[in-house]
Amino acid sequence: MIYRETGQYKTTYEADQQLLPILQDRLFMLIVLFVAFFVVPLTASEYLFRAILVPFLILTLAAIGLNILVGFCGQVSLGTGGFMAVGAYAAYNLVIRVPDLNLLVVFLLAGLAATVVGILFGLPSLRIKGFYLAVATLAAQFFLDWAFARIGWFTNYAPSGSVTAPALTIFGYTFQSPVEKYLLVLGIVVVFTLVARNLTRGAIGRSWMAMRDMDVAAEVIGIRPLYAKVTAFAVSSFFVGLAGALWAFVYLGAWEPLAFDVNRSFQLLFMVIIGGLGSILGSFLGAAFIVILPLVLNQLPGWLGIDMSTALISHIEFMIFGALIVFFLIVEPHGLARLWAIGKEKLRLWPFPH
Amino acid sequence: MKKSIRMKAAAAAIAVAGALGMVHEAAAQANEIFVPVLVYRTGAYAPNGVPWADGFVDYLKLVNERDGGVNGIKIAFEECETGYATDRGVECYERLKSKKPVAVNPLSTGITFALTEKVAADKIVLMTTGYGRSESADGSVFAWNFPLLGTYWSAADMLVQHVAKKGSLKGKKIALVYHDSPYGKEPIKVLEEHAKKHGFNFIKLPVTHPGVEQKATWLQIRQQRPDYVFLWGWGVMNSTSIKEAIAVSYPRLQMYGVWWSSAEPDVLPAEAAAKGYNGITLGHSSEKGLPVHKDMLKHLYDKGKGTSAKKEEVGSVLYNRGMLSALLLVEGIKVAQGKYGKRVVTGEEVRWGVENLNIDAAKIKALGVEGMMQPVKTSCRDHEGVRKGRIHTWDGTAWSYTSEWLEADNKFLRPMVEAQAKAYAAEKKITPRDCSKEK
Repeated sequence: MIYRETGQYKTTYEADQQLLPILQDRLFMLIVLFVAFFVVPLTASEYLFRAILVPFLILTLAAIGLNILVGFCGQVSLGTGGFMAVGAYAAYNLVIRVPDLNLLVVFLLAGLAATVVGILFGLPSLRIKGFYLAVATLAAQFFLDWAFARIGWFTNYAPSGSVTAPALTIFGYTFQSPVEKYLLVLGIVVVFTLVARNLTRGAIGRSWMAMRDMDVAAEVIGIRPLYAKVTAFAVSSFFVGLAGALWAFVYLGAWEPLAFDVNRSFQLLFMVIIGGLGSILGSFLGAAFIVILPLVLNQLPGWLGIDMSTALISHIEFMIFGALIVFFLIVEPHGLARLWAIGKEKLRLWPFPH
Repeated sequence: MKKSIRMKAAAAAIAVAGALGMVHEAAAQANEIFVPVLVYRTGAYAPNGVPWADGFVDYLKLVNERDGGVNGIKIAFEECETGYATDRGVECYERLKSKKPVAVNPLSTGITFALTEKVAADKIVLMTTGYGRSESADGSVFAWNFPLLGTYWSAADMLVQHVAKKGSLKGKKIALVYHDSPYGKEPIKVLEEHAKKHGFNFIKLPVTHPGVEQKATWLQIRQQRPDYVFLWGWGVMNSTSIKEAIAVSYPRLQMYGVWWSSAEPDVLPAEAAAKGYNGITLGHSSEKGLPVHKDMLKHLYDKGKGTSAKKEEVGSVLYNRGMLSALLLVEGIKVAQGKYGKRVVTGEEVRWGVENLNIDAAKIKALGVEGMMQPVKTSCRDHEGVRKGRIHTWDGTAWSYTSEWLEADNKFLRPMVEAQAKAYAAEKKITPRDCSKEK
């Protein structure tokens, strides 16, 4: 009744090709953006910004990056944590070695540095596929971990190997309070979500998907595997590297290679799988599931006034979280994004389902 | 049937939403001092994290039960599980920050690094008793960090002094087996300087988190046969190291652990084979039966209020360490109350208190921890307070002291601390405080 496109006539190609062709979707998106940009900054607490929203947004960006590679192009990667580390350390080195560089430029260059490394480690994907590629990218993860822990130059010879990010000053304005940091991250994530959405809709995105669905057939219809796979690795690594720089600079402030270890790679892969492969919305849902749910589970006994030991809460958190992952994968193997799509389908028929 | 499930789901959703709304109101009560307790009771580091957490919490409970709080002000506390992960630790800090804590003990060098800047902005004391970043001993730059009772640089210095007493180190080999994290890397700088000074050969052998895979590391030790092995491990890594040393038959007598690598959970898995393994202590070992322990049993454990499941844990090395960490915090609060009045003090006031600690021998006796702590005196310039330790050795069933008191050579360390702190101040654009003007 509410969600129905009856009567919305599209008279131009532009109207037919826009991102959200249905009026209700556009309104919904506007409301979401309004809430994110205006309502949340005015109402949320400092804890919500620092511990939930900022990490959620940054990991969403990384998940979008990984989704481009895994979900859209079908190349399994376990090196995401390593590529995030490349972004973080590239940003750190740019800041200390080129002091007057604008921080936004630093973030973009950090993304580009990750792009270069990503292409390098993506080249083997032309020859190896599936599990074998996963192992190759896992090797990238361990190599990058090793490099940042062992090669002193990357950490400016810090004795403990832990480095700290500078203040977030862009155009003379310092992003200091949690709200400002949140808005900075939100702005970046919104812009790059739009970029990702458009890339995946365009020719390049279609070539990725063709490559994913059947590489031989894609080659036959004239898609160059080298171009498709390498661009997927490049774009994906750029997003992931940018997210790594933000994770280090905005969220952690000080970090060591352990912040980007193989567990981070798995965490991101889980986000993408649970959220929905090949879906930008899925990256958001998956990140929300993986970032926010454990924190809620961890604090739930406290909110309900149940007195439990810290260890027990932690164990229960792991068990429920694991069980939920299994539950969602059984109930909806195509991820949370698919659940969302089903919900929309149902809403179209509501309240008269036949 | 289906409907009832839906109803239940809706009820649960409402409950969760309601609980989310309640978070803000759950702040500490006005007449209590709040202390967040960042712990890890699960994961690879739990064997060592648990006794520390029990000791810390028990001491706070003891102060509340026995003394009725600090000068009548009760201490409220809340645990938060970090799992030794930096991002989870930062989340815990943010979560508990709304309750206006006065001081935080992160129990992880990685989390210490991540919080160093945040605590200065939030005006919360960052206490790292026996760990943390070594250069933060310079209080003029690191106003909010307190690596009390000794830093890793002091530990490394004392260990080198100790082995140097056994004969010249010239041409000898010392290997450092370390946890590949900010914690494990801390002593490297000091050991490298000492290698230059004494002319020994310094071998670095990193072990990846969590440290259960060390075959390759100990193979290298078997090949190179270093004269001494210093162990900078934590959690399961320690017991694995000792077991691997046994496997390659490296003599335990030549192994020295830092104070975080020489507690009961480290040696017990290897049982009698760990006999002869040494560690530098943080002023204390596994003292039991002191007045404070008796109070612990009388006021908490006999009434069933103790944190630990086992009474025997009271007085173990890491339990004592957690307890002393809490004790130093409580003493800091007392000093702050002495100056600002016997009320709920703020983080800023406690910072002044911890910076002006003066715990002499008589006070240590009065606190019931005689023999576990050397006199501590902090100042704006020196946030470490004391840098003394002894070597203790595992005899197969218990720890016992096997050396005289050692004191870290501050003449050697201080210039390094200051240089490192200065570099940090320059990087962060901090103007160091003028310590001559601090009151």
